[in-house]
Amino acid sequence: MIDLSTSIAGVKLKNPTILSSGILGTSPELIKRAFENNAGAATIKSIGPKLRDGNNNPSVINFGHGLLNAVGLPGPGYKNMDVEFNELSKIKDPVIWSIYGSKIEDFVNITKYIIKYKPKIIELNISCPNKENGMLFSQDKKSAANVTRSVKEVAEKTIIIPKLSPNVANISEIAYACEKAGADAINAINTVQGMVINIDAKKPVLYYKKGGMSGPAIRPIAVRCVYDIYENVKIPIIGTGGITNGRDAIEMIQAGASAVGIGSAVYYHGINVFGNIVNEIKEWMQENSYNSIKEIIGIAHE
Amino acid sequence: MNNMEKEQKVHKKLTIKQIINENYKTKTFFFNEKIDIKPGQFIMLWLPAIDEKPFTLSYKKPAAVTVELKGNFTKELFKLKKGDNLFYRGPFGDGFTASAKKAVVVAGGMGLAGVSLLIENLKKSKVIFGAKQKRDLFFKNRFDMDICTDDGSIGYKGFATDKLRKLLKEEKYDIIYTCGPEIMMKKVFDIAEKYKIKCEASLERFMRCGIGICGSCACGDKLVCKDGPVFNSDNLRKMNDFGRYTRLKNGRKASLQEYHKGRS
Ligand SMILES: Cc1cc2nc3c(=O)[nH]c(=O)nc-3n(C[C@H](O)[C@H](O)[C@H](O)COP(=O)(O)O)c2cc1C
Ligand code: FES
Repeated sequence: MIDLSTSIAGVKLKNPTILSSGILGTSPELIKRAFENNAGAATIKSIGPKLRDGNNNPSVINFGHGLLNAVGLPGPGYKNMDVEFNELSKIKDPVIWSIYGSKIEDFVNITKYIIKYKPKIIELNISCPNKENGMLFSQDKKSAANVTRSVKEVAEKTIIIPKLSPNVANISEIAYACEKAGADAINAINTVQGMVINIDAKKPVLYYKKGGMSGPAIRPIAVRCVYDIYENVKIPIIGTGGITNGRDAIEMIQAGASAVGIGSAVYYHGINVFGNIVNEIKEWMQENSYNSIKEIIGIAHE
Repeated sequence: MNNMEKEQKVHKKLTIKQIINENYKTKTFFFNEKIDIKPGQFIMLWLPAIDEKPFTLSYKKPAAVTVELKGNFTKELFKLKKGDNLFYRGPFGDGFTASAKKAVVVAGGMGLAGVSLLIENLKKSKVIFGAKQKRDLFFKNRFDMDICTDDGSIGYKGFATDKLRKLLKEEKYDIIYTCGPEIMMKKVFDIAEKYKIKCEASLERFMRCGIGICGSCACGDKLVCKDGPVFNSDNLRKMNDFGRYTRLKNGRKASLQEYHKGRS
Protein backbone atom coordinates (compact mmCIF):
# COMPACT_ATOMS: atom_id res chain seq x y z
CA MET A 1 0.00 0.00 0.00
CA ILE A 2 1.41 3.35 -1.01
CA ASP A 3 0.83 6.08 1.54
CA LEU A 4 0.44 9.45 -0.16
CA SER A 5 -0.39 11.35 2.98
CA THR A 6 1.89 13.95 4.43
CA SER A 7 1.68 16.47 7.21
CA ILE A 8 2.40 20.11 7.79
CA ALA A 9 3.20 20.81 11.43
CA GLY A 10 0.75 18.19 12.61
CA VAL A 11 -2.01 18.92 10.11
CA LYS A 12 -2.57 15.82 8.02
CA LEU A 13 -3.00 16.08 4.23
CA LYS A 14 -4.35 13.09 2.30
CA ASN A 15 -1.85 13.89 -0.43
CA PRO A 16 0.90 16.50 -0.83
CA THR A 17 -0.84 18.78 -3.36
CA ILE A 18 -1.99 22.20 -2.14
CA LEU A 19 -3.94 24.76 -4.15
CA SER A 20 -1.80 27.93 -3.94
CA SER A 21 -3.11 31.30 -2.85
CA GLY A 22 -4.57 33.55 -5.55
CA ILE A 23 -5.53 30.65 -7.78
CA LEU A 24 -9.32 30.12 -7.85
CA GLY A 25 -9.59 30.68 -4.09
CA THR A 26 -11.87 33.70 -4.27
CA SER A 27 -14.92 31.85 -2.98
CA PRO A 28 -15.64 28.97 -0.59
CA GLU A 29 -17.38 27.17 -3.46
CA LEU A 30 -14.17 27.17 -5.50
CA ILE A 31 -12.16 25.95 -2.51
CA LYS A 32 -14.63 23.06 -2.21
CA ARG A 33 -14.24 22.37 -5.91
CA ALA A 34 -10.46 22.04 -5.43
CA PHE A 35 -11.06 19.43 -2.71
CA GLU A 36 -13.60 17.60 -4.87
CA ASN A 37 -10.84 17.45 -7.45
CA ASN A 38 -8.37 15.82 -5.07
CA ALA A 39 -6.36 18.72 -3.64
CA GLY A 40 -4.75 17.70 -0.34
CA ALA A 41 -5.19 21.23 1.00
CA ALA A 42 -6.41 24.51 -0.48
CA THR A 43 -5.37 28.09 0.15
CA ILE A 44 -7.76 31.01 -0.11
CA LYS A 45 -6.93 34.17 -2.05
CA SER A 46 -4.96 36.39 0.35
CA ILE A 47 -7.26 38.55 2.42
CA GLY A 48 -6.23 41.99 3.53
CA PRO A 49 -7.03 44.84 5.86
CA LYS A 50 -9.25 46.86 3.54
CA LEU A 51 -11.49 46.71 0.49
CA ARG A 52 -9.22 46.89 -2.55
CA ASP A 53 -9.89 46.89 -6.27
CA GLY A 54 -6.48 45.57 -7.26
CA ASN A 55 -4.83 46.69 -10.48
CA ASN A 56 -6.37 47.33 -13.88
CA ASN A 57 -5.95 44.75 -16.63
CA PRO A 58 -3.97 43.17 -18.12
CA SER A 59 -3.25 41.72 -14.72
CA VAL A 60 -2.60 38.08 -15.65
CA ILE A 61 -1.06 36.90 -18.91
CA ASN A 62 0.58 33.82 -20.36
CA PHE A 63 3.93 34.91 -21.79
CA GLY A 64 4.84 31.56 -23.29
CA HIS A 65 6.98 29.99 -20.57
CA GLY A 66 4.82 30.78 -17.62
CA LEU A 67 2.40 33.37 -16.34
CA LEU A 68 3.04 36.95 -15.34
CA ASN A 69 0.58 38.57 -12.96
CA ALA A 70 0.02 41.81 -11.15
CA VAL A 71 -3.46 41.25 -9.84
CA GLY A 72 -2.66 43.53 -6.92
CA LEU A 73 -4.46 41.78 -4.08
CA PRO A 74 -8.08 42.77 -4.71
CA GLY A 75 -10.49 41.76 -2.02
CA PRO A 76 -13.40 42.89 0.10
CA GLY A 77 -11.23 43.26 3.22
CA TYR A 78 -11.48 40.92 6.22
CA LYS A 79 -14.31 42.81 7.90
CA ASN A 80 -16.62 42.24 4.92
CA MET A 81 -16.14 38.51 4.66
CA ASP A 82 -18.04 36.87 7.51
CA VAL A 83 -20.33 34.99 5.14
CA GLU A 84 -17.33 33.51 3.32
CA PHE A 85 -15.43 32.80 6.55
CA ASN A 86 -18.40 30.99 7.95
CA GLU A 87 -18.58 28.76 4.87
CA LEU A 88 -14.83 28.14 4.94
CA SER A 89 -14.94 27.14 8.61
CA LYS A 90 -17.41 24.36 7.78
CA ILE A 91 -15.03 22.68 5.34
CA LYS A 92 -13.51 19.53 6.89
CA ASP A 93 -10.47 19.33 4.59
CA PRO A 94 -7.48 21.52 5.48
CA VAL A 95 -8.09 25.07 4.31
CA ILE A 96 -5.13 27.46 4.48
CA TRP A 97 -6.16 31.04 5.26
CA SER A 98 -3.79 33.41 3.50
CA ILE A 99 -3.55 36.98 4.81
CA TYR A 100 -1.55 40.06 3.86
CA GLY A 101 -1.00 43.52 5.23
CA SER A 102 1.21 46.54 4.88
CA LYS A 103 1.86 46.91 8.61
CA ILE A 104 2.48 44.32 11.32
CA GLU A 105 -0.75 45.51 12.94
CA ASP A 106 -2.69 44.46 9.83
CA PHE A 107 -1.44 40.88 10.14
CA VAL A 108 -2.17 40.89 13.86
CA ASN A 109 -5.66 42.38 13.53
CA ILE A 110 -6.68 40.03 10.74
CA THR A 111 -5.38 37.04 12.67
CA LYS A 112 -7.27 38.10 15.80
CA TYR A 113 -10.43 38.51 13.74
CA ILE A 114 -10.31 35.24 11.82
CA ILE A 115 -9.16 33.14 14.73
CA LYS A 116 -12.76 32.85 15.93
CA TYR A 117 -13.50 30.82 12.78
CA LYS A 118 -10.89 28.33 13.98
CA PRO A 119 -8.70 28.12 10.88
CA LYS A 120 -6.25 25.21 11.04
CA ILE A 121 -3.54 27.05 9.16
CA ILE A 122 -2.82 30.73 8.49
CA GLU A 123 -0.35 31.64 5.77
CA LEU A 124 1.35 35.03 5.90
CA ASN A 125 1.69 36.47 2.43
CA ILE A 126 4.67 38.72 3.03
CA SER A 127 5.90 38.25 -0.50
CA CYS A 128 3.51 39.82 -3.01
CA PRO A 129 5.47 41.84 -5.58
CA ASN A 130 2.38 43.46 -7.08
CA LYS A 131 1.45 45.97 -4.48
CA GLU A 132 3.29 48.84 -2.88
CA ASN A 133 5.19 47.37 0.08
CA GLY A 134 3.80 43.90 -0.66
CA MET A 135 7.21 42.34 -0.15
CA LEU A 136 8.23 44.59 2.72
CA PHE A 137 8.29 41.84 5.33
CA SER A 138 10.08 39.24 3.25
CA GLN A 139 13.03 41.43 2.34
CA ASP A 140 15.09 40.92 5.47
CA LYS A 141 15.41 38.55 8.41
CA LYS A 142 14.33 41.01 11.04
CA SER A 143 11.05 42.07 9.42
CA ALA A 144 10.09 38.52 8.53
CA ALA A 145 10.80 37.39 12.08
CA ASN A 146 8.91 40.33 13.60
CA VAL A 147 5.73 39.73 11.67
CA THR A 148 5.90 35.99 12.35
CA ARG A 149 6.43 36.52 16.09
CA SER A 150 3.66 39.11 16.37
CA VAL A 151 1.16 36.86 14.64
CA LYS A 152 2.20 33.81 16.67
CA GLU A 153 1.48 35.74 19.85
CA VAL A 154 -2.20 36.11 18.95
CA ALA A 155 -2.67 32.98 16.86
CA GLU A 156 -3.47 30.63 19.74
CA LYS A 157 -3.00 27.12 18.39
CA THR A 158 -3.24 27.95 14.71
CA ILE A 159 -0.35 26.82 12.50
CA ILE A 160 1.48 29.86 11.09
CA ILE A 161 3.28 29.65 7.75
CA PRO A 162 5.14 32.65 6.35
CA LYS A 163 5.29 32.59 2.57
CA LEU A 164 8.64 33.81 1.33
CA SER A 165 9.79 35.74 -1.69
CA PRO A 166 12.52 34.52 -4.05
CA ASN A 167 13.35 38.16 -4.82
CA VAL A 168 16.02 38.29 -2.10
CA ALA A 169 19.67 37.32 -1.73
CA ASN A 170 19.31 35.08 1.33
CA ILE A 171 16.03 33.21 1.42
CA SER A 172 17.34 30.44 3.66
CA GLU A 173 18.47 32.92 6.32
CA ILE A 174 15.06 34.56 6.23
CA ALA A 175 13.45 31.14 6.62
CA TYR A 176 15.73 30.41 9.58
CA ALA A 177 14.77 33.72 11.21
CA CYS A 178 11.08 32.83 10.77
CA GLU A 179 11.66 29.44 12.37
CA LYS A 180 13.33 31.07 15.36
CA ALA A 181 10.38 33.50 15.60
CA GLY A 182 7.98 30.59 15.94
CA ALA A 183 6.89 29.76 12.37
CA ASP A 184 5.42 26.26 12.19
CA ALA A 185 6.32 25.79 8.53
CA ILE A 186 7.58 27.79 5.53
CA ASN A 187 6.03 28.23 2.11
CA ALA A 188 8.47 29.03 -0.69
CA ILE A 189 8.12 30.62 -3.13
CA ASN A 190 5.85 33.44 -4.17
CA THR A 191 6.28 34.85 -7.68
CA VAL A 192 9.53 36.06 -9.22
CA GLN A 193 9.58 39.69 -10.33
CA GLY A 194 9.46 40.20 -14.06
CA MET A 195 8.24 42.29 -16.96
CA VAL A 196 7.02 41.72 -20.50
CA ILE A 197 6.84 44.47 -23.11
CA ASN A 198 4.70 44.26 -26.21
CA ILE A 199 7.04 45.61 -28.87
CA ASP A 200 4.21 46.58 -31.22
CA ALA A 201 2.39 48.53 -28.53
CA LYS A 202 5.74 49.71 -27.19
CA LYS A 203 4.36 49.34 -23.68
CA PRO A 204 4.67 46.93 -20.78
CA VAL A 205 1.84 44.45 -21.15
CA LEU A 206 0.73 44.53 -17.53
CA TYR A 207 -1.09 47.65 -16.44
CA TYR A 208 1.07 47.61 -13.30
CA LYS A 209 4.04 47.31 -15.69
CA LYS A 210 5.97 44.89 -13.44
CA GLY A 211 4.60 41.62 -12.21
CA GLY A 212 5.32 38.26 -10.68
CA MET A 213 6.32 35.27 -12.79
CA SER A 214 4.95 31.83 -12.06
CA GLY A 215 4.66 28.51 -13.84
CA PRO A 216 7.30 26.36 -15.58
CA ALA A 217 9.77 29.23 -16.05
CA ILE A 218 10.37 29.57 -12.30
CA ARG A 219 10.61 25.90 -11.28
CA PRO A 220 14.43 25.77 -11.01
CA ILE A 221 14.34 28.96 -8.94
CA ALA A 222 11.79 27.44 -6.58
CA VAL A 223 13.67 24.14 -6.31
CA ARG A 224 16.87 25.98 -5.45
CA CYS A 225 15.09 28.03 -2.78
CA VAL A 226 13.51 24.98 -1.18
CA TYR A 227 16.82 23.10 -1.31
CA ASP A 228 18.61 25.93 0.50
CA ILE A 229 15.87 26.40 3.07
CA TYR A 230 15.82 22.67 3.85
CA GLU A 231 19.50 22.85 4.78
CA ASN A 232 18.80 25.68 7.20
CA VAL A 233 15.53 24.84 9.00
CA LYS A 234 13.86 21.90 10.72
CA ILE A 235 10.24 22.94 10.20
CA PRO A 236 8.35 21.54 7.20
CA ILE A 237 8.40 23.33 3.85
CA ILE A 238 5.64 23.77 1.30
CA GLY A 239 7.46 23.88 -2.03
CA THR A 240 5.70 26.13 -4.52
CA GLY A 241 6.67 27.30 -7.99
CA GLY A 242 6.37 25.85 -11.45
CA ILE A 243 5.04 22.42 -10.59
CA THR A 244 2.81 21.09 -13.36
CA ASN A 245 3.14 17.30 -13.08
CA GLY A 246 4.03 14.45 -10.75
CA ARG A 247 7.71 14.45 -11.64
CA ASP A 248 7.96 18.17 -10.81
CA ALA A 249 6.24 17.50 -7.50
CA ILE A 250 8.66 14.68 -6.64
CA GLU A 251 11.60 16.89 -7.56
CA MET A 252 10.36 19.51 -5.09
CA ILE A 253 9.83 16.88 -2.40
CA GLN A 254 13.34 15.52 -2.96
CA ALA A 255 14.62 19.08 -2.53
CA GLY A 256 12.99 19.10 0.89
CA ALA A 257 9.32 19.95 0.57
CA SER A 258 6.76 18.09 2.70
CA ALA A 259 3.97 19.26 0.41
CA VAL A 260 3.74 21.14 -2.87
CA GLY A 261 1.87 24.28 -3.89
CA ILE A 262 0.05 24.12 -7.20
CA GLY A 263 -0.86 27.41 -8.87
CA SER A 264 -0.31 28.10 -12.56
CA ALA A 265 -0.67 24.40 -13.38
CA VAL A 266 -4.42 24.92 -12.95
CA TYR A 267 -4.20 27.01 -16.11
CA TYR A 268 -2.10 24.46 -17.99
CA HIS A 269 -4.11 21.37 -17.04
CA GLY A 270 -7.40 22.54 -15.53
CA ILE A 271 -8.62 21.68 -12.07
CA ASN A 272 -7.98 17.96 -12.75
CA VAL A 273 -4.33 18.74 -12.21
CA PHE A 274 -4.43 17.64 -8.55
CA GLY A 275 -5.69 14.18 -9.37
CA ASN A 276 -3.22 13.85 -12.23
CA ILE A 277 -0.26 14.86 -10.11
CA VAL A 278 -1.30 12.49 -7.32
CA ASN A 279 -1.53 9.59 -9.78
CA GLU A 280 1.81 10.40 -11.31
CA ILE A 281 3.46 10.60 -7.87
CA LYS A 282 1.98 7.22 -7.03
CA GLU A 283 3.26 5.65 -10.26
CA TRP A 284 6.75 6.96 -9.66
CA MET A 285 6.73 5.66 -6.10
CA GLN A 286 5.57 2.26 -7.30
CA GLU A 287 8.31 2.08 -9.93
CA ASN A 288 10.91 3.14 -7.41
CA SER A 289 9.66 1.03 -4.51
CA TYR A 290 8.75 3.79 -2.08
CA ASN A 291 5.81 3.28 0.27
CA SER A 292 5.48 6.70 1.81
CA ILE A 293 5.95 10.31 0.76
CA LYS A 294 7.93 10.82 3.95
CA GLU A 295 10.69 8.55 2.60
CA ILE A 296 11.30 10.94 -0.28
CA ILE A 297 11.38 14.29 1.50
CA GLY A 298 14.82 15.84 1.15
CA ILE A 299 16.53 12.74 -0.30
CA ALA A 300 18.40 14.86 -2.85
CA HIS A 301 20.46 16.13 0.07
CA GLU A 302 21.79 12.73 1.06
CA MET B 1 8.12 31.87 -37.44
CA ASN B 2 8.87 29.06 -35.01
CA ASN B 3 6.50 27.92 -32.30
CA MET B 4 8.25 29.68 -29.51
CA GLU B 5 7.96 33.12 -31.06
CA LYS B 6 4.32 32.44 -31.76
CA GLU B 7 3.67 31.59 -28.14
CA GLN B 8 5.40 34.63 -26.79
CA LYS B 9 3.13 37.02 -28.64
CA VAL B 10 0.71 37.62 -25.82
CA HIS B 11 -1.47 40.19 -27.56
CA LYS B 12 -2.04 40.41 -31.29
CA LYS B 13 -2.41 43.70 -33.07
CA LEU B 14 -5.68 44.90 -34.59
CA THR B 15 -6.11 47.81 -36.97
CA ILE B 16 -9.42 49.66 -37.17
CA LYS B 17 -10.81 49.44 -40.69
CA GLN B 18 -14.11 51.22 -40.19
CA ILE B 19 -16.27 52.60 -37.39
CA ILE B 20 -20.06 52.64 -37.63
CA ASN B 21 -22.42 54.53 -35.34
CA GLU B 22 -25.19 52.10 -34.39
CA ASN B 23 -27.09 54.47 -32.10
CA TYR B 24 -26.48 57.41 -29.76
CA LYS B 25 -24.23 55.36 -27.47
CA THR B 26 -23.16 52.36 -29.54
CA LYS B 27 -20.48 51.92 -32.18
CA THR B 28 -19.21 48.98 -34.20
CA PHE B 29 -15.45 48.81 -34.76
CA PHE B 30 -14.42 46.72 -37.78
CA PHE B 31 -10.85 45.42 -37.96
CA ASN B 32 -8.59 44.51 -40.86
CA GLU B 33 -7.61 41.26 -39.18
CA LYS B 34 -9.35 37.90 -39.08
CA ILE B 35 -10.14 36.31 -35.74
CA ASP B 36 -11.07 32.66 -35.62
CA ILE B 37 -13.83 32.51 -33.03
CA LYS B 38 -16.94 30.46 -32.26
CA PRO B 39 -20.25 32.15 -31.39
CA GLY B 40 -20.30 32.81 -27.65
CA GLN B 41 -16.54 32.82 -27.16
CA PHE B 42 -14.82 36.07 -26.21
CA ILE B 43 -11.56 37.96 -26.66
CA MET B 44 -9.76 40.24 -24.22
CA LEU B 45 -9.39 43.61 -25.90
CA TRP B 46 -6.39 45.62 -24.72
CA LEU B 47 -5.88 49.36 -24.88
CA PRO B 48 -2.23 49.70 -23.82
CA ALA B 49 -1.71 51.45 -20.48
CA ILE B 50 -5.49 51.81 -20.05
CA ASP B 51 -7.23 48.50 -19.44
CA GLU B 52 -8.25 45.17 -20.93
CA LYS B 53 -11.85 43.90 -21.11
CA PRO B 54 -13.73 40.89 -22.48
CA PHE B 55 -15.81 41.31 -25.65
CA THR B 56 -17.63 39.00 -28.00
CA LEU B 57 -17.32 39.60 -31.72
CA SER B 58 -20.43 40.95 -33.42
CA TYR B 59 -19.12 40.20 -36.93
CA LYS B 60 -16.59 37.63 -38.03
CA LYS B 61 -15.58 38.59 -41.57
CA PRO B 62 -14.21 41.14 -41.08
CA ALA B 63 -13.98 40.88 -37.32
CA ALA B 64 -15.84 43.54 -35.36
CA VAL B 65 -16.95 44.42 -31.86
CA THR B 66 -20.09 46.39 -31.09
CA VAL B 67 -19.64 48.48 -27.98
CA GLU B 68 -21.80 50.64 -25.77
CA LEU B 69 -20.26 53.71 -24.14
CA LYS B 70 -20.20 52.79 -20.48
CA GLY B 71 -17.05 53.41 -18.47
CA ASN B 72 -13.44 54.48 -18.79
CA PHE B 73 -12.41 51.69 -21.16
CA THR B 74 -15.18 52.36 -23.66
CA LYS B 75 -14.60 56.11 -23.38
CA GLU B 76 -11.00 55.57 -24.49
CA LEU B 77 -12.04 53.08 -27.17
CA PHE B 78 -14.50 55.62 -28.60
CA LYS B 79 -11.63 58.08 -29.11
CA LEU B 80 -9.96 55.74 -31.62
CA LYS B 81 -10.14 56.41 -35.36
CA LYS B 82 -9.81 54.47 -38.56
CA GLY B 83 -6.24 53.16 -38.90
CA ASP B 84 -5.58 53.18 -35.13
CA ASN B 85 -4.30 50.06 -33.42
CA LEU B 86 -5.44 48.07 -30.46
CA PHE B 87 -4.63 44.58 -29.25
CA TYR B 88 -6.31 41.37 -28.18
CA ARG B 89 -5.67 37.92 -26.78
CA GLY B 90 -7.97 34.96 -27.11
CA PRO B 91 -10.44 33.67 -28.10
CA PHE B 92 -11.36 32.16 -24.77
CA GLY B 93 -14.19 30.16 -23.24
CA ASP B 94 -16.86 27.82 -24.48
CA GLY B 95 -19.45 29.09 -26.92
CA PHE B 96 -23.00 28.16 -27.84
CA THR B 97 -23.85 24.74 -29.24
CA ALA B 98 -25.29 25.50 -32.65
CA SER B 99 -26.73 22.12 -33.54
CA ALA B 100 -30.32 22.92 -32.60
CA LYS B 101 -33.16 22.43 -35.02
CA LYS B 102 -35.57 25.17 -34.12
CA ALA B 103 -34.30 27.93 -31.87
CA VAL B 104 -35.43 31.11 -30.20
CA VAL B 105 -32.84 33.73 -29.39
CA VAL B 106 -33.76 36.20 -26.67
CA ALA B 107 -31.42 39.19 -26.60
CA GLY B 108 -31.61 42.11 -24.20
CA GLY B 109 -29.89 45.41 -25.01
CA MET B 110 -26.20 44.99 -25.79
CA GLY B 111 -26.70 41.24 -25.43
CA LEU B 112 -27.66 41.29 -29.10
CA ALA B 113 -24.01 41.83 -30.01
CA GLY B 114 -23.19 38.69 -28.03
CA VAL B 115 -25.52 36.48 -30.08
CA SER B 116 -24.98 38.04 -33.51
CA LEU B 117 -22.57 35.36 -34.73
CA LEU B 118 -24.88 32.71 -33.32
CA ILE B 119 -27.91 34.09 -35.16
CA GLU B 120 -25.92 34.06 -38.39
CA ASN B 121 -25.00 30.42 -37.79
CA LEU B 122 -28.52 29.22 -37.02
CA LYS B 123 -30.49 27.92 -39.94
CA LYS B 124 -33.94 28.41 -38.50
CA SER B 125 -34.43 30.80 -35.65
CA LYS B 126 -36.72 33.35 -34.14
CA VAL B 127 -35.07 36.40 -32.60
CA ILE B 128 -36.64 38.45 -29.82
CA PHE B 129 -34.84 41.68 -29.03
CA GLY B 130 -35.76 43.67 -25.95
CA ALA B 131 -34.59 47.24 -25.37
CA LYS B 132 -35.59 50.11 -23.12
CA GLN B 133 -36.74 52.35 -25.95
CA LYS B 134 -36.49 52.98 -29.67
CA ARG B 135 -33.24 54.92 -29.47
CA ASP B 136 -31.47 51.89 -27.92
CA LEU B 137 -32.02 49.71 -30.99
CA PHE B 138 -29.26 48.55 -33.32
CA PHE B 139 -28.86 45.88 -36.03
CA LYS B 140 -32.49 46.57 -36.99
CA ASN B 141 -31.71 46.08 -40.67
CA ARG B 142 -29.28 43.25 -40.10
CA PHE B 143 -31.63 40.75 -38.47
CA ASP B 144 -35.31 39.94 -38.75
CA MET B 145 -36.36 40.41 -35.12
CA ASP B 146 -39.41 40.73 -32.90
CA ILE B 147 -38.62 44.02 -31.23
CA CYS B 148 -39.92 44.81 -27.74
CA THR B 149 -39.46 48.07 -25.89
CA ASP B 150 -40.27 48.85 -22.28
CA ASP B 151 -42.09 52.05 -23.29
CA GLY B 152 -43.58 50.79 -26.56
CA SER B 153 -41.76 53.49 -28.57
CA ILE B 154 -41.29 50.83 -31.23
CA GLY B 155 -42.48 47.26 -31.63
CA TYR B 156 -44.24 45.33 -28.90
CA LYS B 157 -44.72 47.24 -25.64
CA GLY B 158 -43.39 45.06 -22.87
CA PHE B 159 -40.52 42.79 -21.92
CA ALA B 160 -38.82 40.31 -24.21
CA THR B 161 -39.81 37.64 -21.70
CA ASP B 162 -43.52 38.45 -22.17
CA LYS B 163 -43.05 38.03 -25.89
CA LEU B 164 -41.23 34.74 -25.32
CA ARG B 165 -44.09 33.36 -23.22
CA LYS B 166 -46.56 34.24 -25.97
CA LEU B 167 -44.43 32.61 -28.60
CA LEU B 168 -44.00 29.37 -26.64
CA LYS B 169 -47.74 29.10 -26.12
CA GLU B 170 -48.22 29.13 -29.88
CA GLU B 171 -45.27 27.12 -31.14
CA LYS B 172 -42.78 24.44 -30.11
CA TYR B 173 -39.05 25.15 -30.05
CA ASP B 174 -36.01 22.95 -29.39
CA ILE B 175 -33.77 25.43 -27.64
CA ILE B 176 -33.66 28.95 -26.25
CA TYR B 177 -30.46 30.97 -26.42
CA THR B 178 -30.18 34.12 -24.37
CA CYS B 179 -27.77 36.99 -23.81
CA GLY B 180 -28.41 40.24 -22.00
CA PRO B 181 -29.00 41.55 -18.48
CA GLU B 182 -28.76 38.60 -16.11
CA ILE B 183 -32.10 39.31 -14.46
CA MET B 184 -33.72 38.94 -17.88
CA MET B 185 -31.76 35.77 -18.63
CA LYS B 186 -32.86 34.26 -15.33
CA LYS B 187 -36.48 34.90 -16.32
CA VAL B 188 -35.84 33.38 -19.72
CA PHE B 189 -34.31 30.33 -18.04
CA ASP B 190 -37.28 29.97 -15.67
CA ILE B 191 -39.64 30.08 -18.65
CA ALA B 192 -37.51 27.50 -20.49
CA GLU B 193 -37.70 25.21 -17.45
CA LYS B 194 -41.45 25.59 -17.26
CA TYR B 195 -41.84 24.67 -20.91
CA LYS B 196 -39.15 21.98 -20.58
CA ILE B 197 -37.00 23.49 -23.31
CA LYS B 198 -33.20 23.45 -23.25
CA CYS B 199 -31.61 26.80 -22.59
CA GLU B 200 -28.15 28.30 -23.05
CA ALA B 201 -27.26 31.62 -21.45
CA SER B 202 -24.15 33.74 -21.94
CA LEU B 203 -23.05 35.12 -18.59
CA GLU B 204 -20.95 38.14 -17.76
CA ARG B 205 -18.68 38.64 -14.76
CA PHE B 206 -15.77 40.91 -14.00
CA MET B 207 -12.71 39.23 -15.54
CA ARG B 208 -8.99 39.47 -15.08
CA CYS B 209 -7.11 36.48 -16.46
CA GLY B 210 -9.74 35.15 -18.86
CA ILE B 211 -8.00 31.77 -18.60
CA GLY B 212 -9.49 30.19 -15.52
CA ILE B 213 -7.05 30.81 -12.72
CA CYS B 214 -7.61 34.10 -10.89
CA GLY B 215 -11.16 33.38 -9.71
CA SER B 216 -12.41 36.93 -10.38
CA CYS B 217 -15.25 35.69 -12.55
CA ALA B 218 -16.58 33.10 -10.09
CA CYS B 219 -20.29 32.33 -10.22
CA GLY B 220 -20.72 29.79 -7.45
CA ASP B 221 -18.09 27.14 -8.12
CA LYS B 222 -18.02 27.89 -11.83
CA LEU B 223 -15.64 30.20 -13.66
CA VAL B 224 -17.44 32.26 -16.27
CA CYS B 225 -14.29 32.70 -18.41
CA LYS B 226 -13.37 29.02 -18.50
CA ASP B 227 -16.43 26.89 -17.70
CA GLY B 228 -18.57 29.39 -19.66
CA PRO B 229 -19.30 32.10 -20.61
CA VAL B 230 -22.15 30.06 -22.13
CA PHE B 231 -23.85 27.73 -19.66
CA ASN B 232 -26.56 25.18 -20.40
CA SER B 233 -29.62 24.30 -18.35
CA ASP B 234 -27.86 21.53 -16.40
CA ASN B 235 -25.32 24.04 -15.14
CA LEU B 236 -27.70 26.96 -14.71
CA ARG B 237 -29.96 24.84 -12.52
CA LYS B 238 -27.09 24.31 -10.06
CA MET B 239 -25.73 27.85 -10.12
CA ASN B 240 -27.25 29.54 -7.09
CA ASP B 241 -25.69 32.89 -7.91
CA PHE B 242 -27.18 32.98 -11.42
CA GLY B 243 -29.72 35.78 -11.63
CA ARG B 244 -28.98 36.91 -8.08
CA TYR B 245 -25.37 37.77 -7.31
CA THR B 246 -22.37 39.03 -9.19
CA ARG B 247 -18.84 39.81 -8.06
CA LEU B 248 -17.30 43.27 -8.14
CA LYS B 249 -13.73 44.14 -9.17
CA ASN B 250 -12.76 44.04 -5.49
CA GLY B 251 -14.13 40.52 -5.19
CA ARG B 252 -17.12 41.44 -3.05
CA LYS B 253 -20.31 39.58 -3.82
CA ALA B 254 -23.11 42.01 -4.69
CA SER B 255 -26.73 41.57 -5.69
CA LEU B 256 -27.45 42.20 -9.37
CA GLN B 257 -29.73 45.09 -8.40
CA GLU B 258 -26.90 46.83 -6.57
CA TYR B 259 -24.53 46.10 -9.45
CA HIS B 260 -26.80 47.65 -12.08
CA LYS B 261 -27.51 50.68 -9.92
CA GLY B 262 -23.78 51.28 -9.61
CA ARG B 263 -23.29 51.21 -13.36
CA SER B 264 -26.07 53.28 -14.81
C1 LIG C 1 -2.91 35.07 -10.73
C2 LIG C 1 -2.09 34.81 -9.51
C3 LIG C 1 -2.48 35.35 -8.29
C4 LIG C 1 -1.75 35.12 -7.14
N1 LIG C 1 -2.18 35.64 -5.96
C5 LIG C 1 -1.52 35.34 -4.81
C6 LIG C 1 -2.01 35.76 -3.55
O1 LIG C 1 -3.05 36.41 -3.42
N2 LIG C 1 -1.30 35.42 -2.45
C7 LIG C 1 -0.16 34.67 -2.51
O2 LIG C 1 0.43 34.38 -1.47
N3 LIG C 1 0.32 34.25 -3.69
C8 LIG C 1 -0.33 34.56 -4.84
N4 LIG C 1 0.15 34.10 -6.05
C9 LIG C 1 1.39 33.29 -6.06
C10 LIG C 1 1.07 31.79 -6.06
O3 LIG C 1 0.39 31.41 -4.90
C11 LIG C 1 2.35 30.96 -6.20
O4 LIG C 1 3.18 31.21 -5.10
C12 LIG C 1 3.12 31.27 -7.48
O5 LIG C 1 2.22 31.42 -8.54
C13 LIG C 1 4.12 30.19 -7.85
O6 LIG C 1 3.49 28.93 -8.04
P1 LIG C 1 3.07 28.34 -9.49
O7 LIG C 1 4.28 28.42 -10.35
O8 LIG C 1 2.60 26.96 -9.22
O9 LIG C 1 2.00 29.22 -10.00
C14 LIG C 1 -0.58 34.33 -7.21
C15 LIG C 1 -0.19 33.79 -8.43
C16 LIG C 1 -0.92 34.01 -9.59
C17 LIG C 1 -0.47 33.39 -10.88
S1 FES D 1 -11.21 35.83 -15.19
FE1 FES D 1 -9.70 34.77 -14.06
S2 FES D 1 -10.72 32.92 -13.59
FE2 FES D 1 -12.06 33.88 -14.94
